[in-house]
Amino acid sequence: MTLPLMRPKRKNPVKRTRQMNVPPWARGRVAMGLTAAAAEGRFELQVCQDCGSVQYPPREACSHCVSPRLQWRAQSGQGQLLALTTLHHSNDLFFRERLPWRLGLVHLAAGPTVVAHLHGDVTAAPARVIVGARLDRAGRAVLIAFPPEETPNMADDPMLREMSCDPRFRKVLVTDGMTAVGQATVRALVKAGADIVWVGHAEPWKRHGSGLDDITSLPPVTLVPLDLTNERSVTELAGEIGGKVDIVINNAEVHRSFGIGARRGTDVARAEMEINYFGLLRLAQAFGPALKGRSADGSLSATAWVNLLSIYALANFPPHGTFSASKAAAHSLAQCLRAEMRPAGLRVINLFPGPIDDEWNQNLPPPKLTPDALAHAIVKALRDGVEDAYPGDVAQEWLARWRDDPRVLERELAVGG
Amino acid sequence: MTKRSRRSYEGVAVTVPVTVPYVRYSTRGAHWFIGQAVKRLLDGSGLQKDQIDGLTVSSFSLTPDTAVGVTQHLGLQPRWLDHIPTGGASGVMALRRAARAVQAGDADIVACVAADTNHVDSFRLMLGGFSDFARDATYPYGSGGPNALFAFITSAYMARTGATRADFGKLCVDQRTNALAYGSRVFRKLLTLDEYLATRPIADPIHLFDCVMPCAGAEAFLVMSEARAQDLGLAYATVRGSIERHNAYSGDPIMLRGGWHVDRDDLYAMADCTPADIGFLQTYDDYPVIVLMQFEGLGFCGHGEAPGFVRSRSMAWHGDFPHNTSGGQLSSGQAGCAGGFLGMTEALRQITGAAPGRTVGRPTLGLVSGYGMVAYDRCLCTGAVILGAPQ
Repeated sequence: MTLPLMRPKRKNPVKRTRQMNVPPWARGRVAMGLTAAAAEGRFELQVCQDCGSVQYPPREACSHCVSPRLQWRAQSGQGQLLALTTLHHSNDLFFRERLPWRLGLVHLAAGPTVVAHLHGDVTAAPARVIVGARLDRAGRAVLIAFPPEETPNMADDPMLREMSCDPRFRKVLVTDGMTAVGQATVRALVKAGADIVWVGHAEPWKRHGSGLDDITSLPPVTLVPLDLTNERSVTELAGEIGGKVDIVINNAEVHRSFGIGARRGTDVARAEMEINYFGLLRLAQAFGPALKGRSADGSLSATAWVNLLSIYALANFPPHGTFSASKAAAHSLAQCLRAEMRPAGLRVINLFPGPIDDEWNQNLPPPKLTPDALAHAIVKALRDGVEDAYPGDVAQEWLARWRDDPRVLERELAVGG
Repeated sequence: MTKRSRRSYEGVAVTVPVTVPYVRYSTRGAHWFIGQAVKRLLDGSGLQKDQIDGLTVSSFSLTPDTAVGVTQHLGLQPRWLDHIPTGGASGVMALRRAARAVQAGDADIVACVAADTNHVDSFRLMLGGFSDFARDATYPYGSGGPNALFAFITSAYMARTGATRADFGKLCVDQRTNALAYGSRVFRKLLTLDEYLATRPIADPIHLFDCVMPCAGAEAFLVMSEARAQDLGLAYATVRGSIERHNAYSGDPIMLRGGWHVDRDDLYAMADCTPADIGFLQTYDDYPVIVLMQFEGLGFCGHGEAPGFVRSRSMAWHGDFPHNTSGGQLSSGQAGCAGGFLGMTEALRQITGAAPGRTVGRPTLGLVSGYGMVAYDRCLCTGAVILGAPQ
C-alpha cells in the first residue's frame, strides 16, 4: 500500500541542492509516436491497418505481415504481469540517485510484451495490471504498470511522483488573480493540497473586490504585486519568491475582440502582445533559471510551468483576430520554453481552451468553458504530467479539424467557424 | 515441401585456438586486440600473413569500422570477408560461414577473430545504443542493461521450474573451479556456494556472481581444409554438425526456451550422435538461467528439468558432466564478442589436447552452444556446433 505523502520538513538552506540528471532521452523517430500520444495523456501503440496486429516496441513495418501501414491507436492497457524485478544497480545517474527502482514485464492482452516501470501497489507476479503511458522527467514517454483498481494514495507513489507534477504540498505562483479563471485556479490548487499559492495582482493599490477577497481568505493564499507589462515588477517578485516556486501558472491575458478592419491603430493589439507574448517572455526570463536550479530538489522539487493559451493559437479566428495572433506568438514562445526547460526535467504544460464563459466571449454561442472547468483541467494536467491539454468541446472539435487539415479549418473559420 | 537435408562439413578443419589475455580495462582500441589475435594465429600456425585469404570479424567496439576496415588496418588482402557482430552467437556463426567458404573454395584459410576493448565508461555508453529497441523500450527503464531483462527471465524460470539460487550457484561454483584450472586472469580464488549466495543483489533475483564482468580481450581460430591442416602439421578438430536460428518462439510472451530446440534433431542427425555421446559442453553463460535453458534446449534433459539435472551432476572439468571447462564468462569475464568465441577456443583445446590441467576424460566429441544479442526482451540468436577429433 502506498504511504500517504507527508509534508516534508523544511530544507536546511545551507545544504546543497541536488542537480537534475534527466533519465535517458534518446528515442528513434518512430518511437516518438508513443511520446506524442503520452504528451496528451493517451497510451497508444502501433496497430497494423492491414492485419490488425498491435506491436511494441515501435517499428517501421508490421512484424506480423510486414505492412508499412501502421497507425498509433489508443490502448486499454489491460495486461498480465509476468515477472518483476527491483534494480539495486543502474548505469544511469537519474536512476542511480533513486534506487531501488522497480520494473515489470507485462504481457498486454492486445499482444505485445512490454517493459514498464512498476507502481508500488503492484507487489507480486503474476497479477493483473493496467499499463499506461506517462512522460518521464526527460519529457519522453515511458510505460507504467498500475494496479487494476484505484488504491489509496495511489498518486503519492514515489516513482509516479517523478513522472507527474502533482501540486500537493508544492508552492505555486498564479500570475493573475483578478480574473474568474485565476480565482477558480487558486481555489482548485488549494483543494489539491498546494502548500502556498502566490497570486499575482497587477494593481495592488486598488481596493480588493471582484472575488479577490474570497481567495485571499484561504490560508495558503498570499497576494503578491505582479505586473507582467513591467520588467521591474517581474524581476522584483522573482527575487523575492523565485527560489521557492515549484509551479508557475501563467494565466494572465488580455483579450479583446475584432480583427484588423474593425479598429484603427495598433494600441489594442500591442496591449495583447504586451501581456500574452512579452509577459510570458519576461516571466520566463525572471523565473526560469531558479526553477531549473531546483528541479531535482527532493520530493517537492520545482516541476512545471503552465501556460494558458487558446485554441485560437492553432488557427486564427478572425472575429478575435489580433488575440489569436498574440496567442499564436505565445504558443511559439512556449515551444521554445519547453525545449529550454526539458534538459532540467521541467514540464511545460500548454492549455488550449476553447471560448471561456467570460465577458470577452459574450457574443459567442455555447458551449463555453466555465472557469471552474478550466481550473480543473489545469490541476488534472499537472497531476497527469501531460504537456498539452485542450479542455472543452469546442477545443476538442477544433483540434480534430485542425489535425484533419489545417487549411480546411482556416477557410471554415473565415466564414464564422 | 520436404526439407532438404543439410550437407555435411566433411573435410573442414578448425584449428589454432588463440586467446589474447583478458584485462578488466584497456586504453587500447578493438583494432589492437584484433591485431594481437591475428599475430597469435600466424605464430601458432607458421603461416605468412598473405596466406590468410578469408576473414571474419566479430566486435562491438570496432565501430565505426567493420571487418573491411580491419583489412586495411592490418594489411590483409582476403578474397572472402564477413562481419559477424552477433555477440554470444558469433563463434558458432563465424565457424559455420567460414567452413562453407572453405568447402566451396571461396577461401583456403579463414581467420575467425572476435575482439573487444573495454574502457572505463564504455559499457554504459554501449548499453543505451545497443539496439533500436534497447534505446526506445528498455534502456529508459532503469538503465540496468541486460541485468533487468534476465532478472525477469530468471524469476519467471524459477517460478516455472522450481529452480533455486543454489542451483545457479552450483553452476557458478563449478565454473570457478574450471577457471582456476584454466588460469583465469579475472578471478583467482575458488568460490563457495555460501559466498555465491551472500553476494549483493543487482536486479532481484540476480545477484553479483550471476553477472559477467565486462573486460577487454580477444579469441580467434583458423578454419581450413583437413588436408591443409595436415600439411601444416596442425592439431585440429572437425565439424560434425551445426545449427543456428534467429528470433525463435517470438510469440512466447517471456523467454523460457531458446531456438536450439527447433533445430537440435538436425544437429544430432548430422553428427550421427545423441546428447549422451557428447564428452563436454561449452554453453554461452551470460547468466546462469540461460545455461539451464541450453541444457534443456540441446536435449541433455527435458524441458523444465534442468534444475534437477544440475543437482544430480558435477559440472567441473573432472566431473561427470564437464561444462564450460575454461570457467566460462561467469568466471573468466566477458570480452564483448570474444565471449561468443570462448567456448569454441576451449573446445578446440580440449579436442586437440591443448588443455593441460583440465583435460576432460572423453574429449572425442564436444558441443559448443551460442546465444546472443538482446535487442529487446530476449536474445535473438541461438546456435550450436558439434566438434570432434579427426577420424
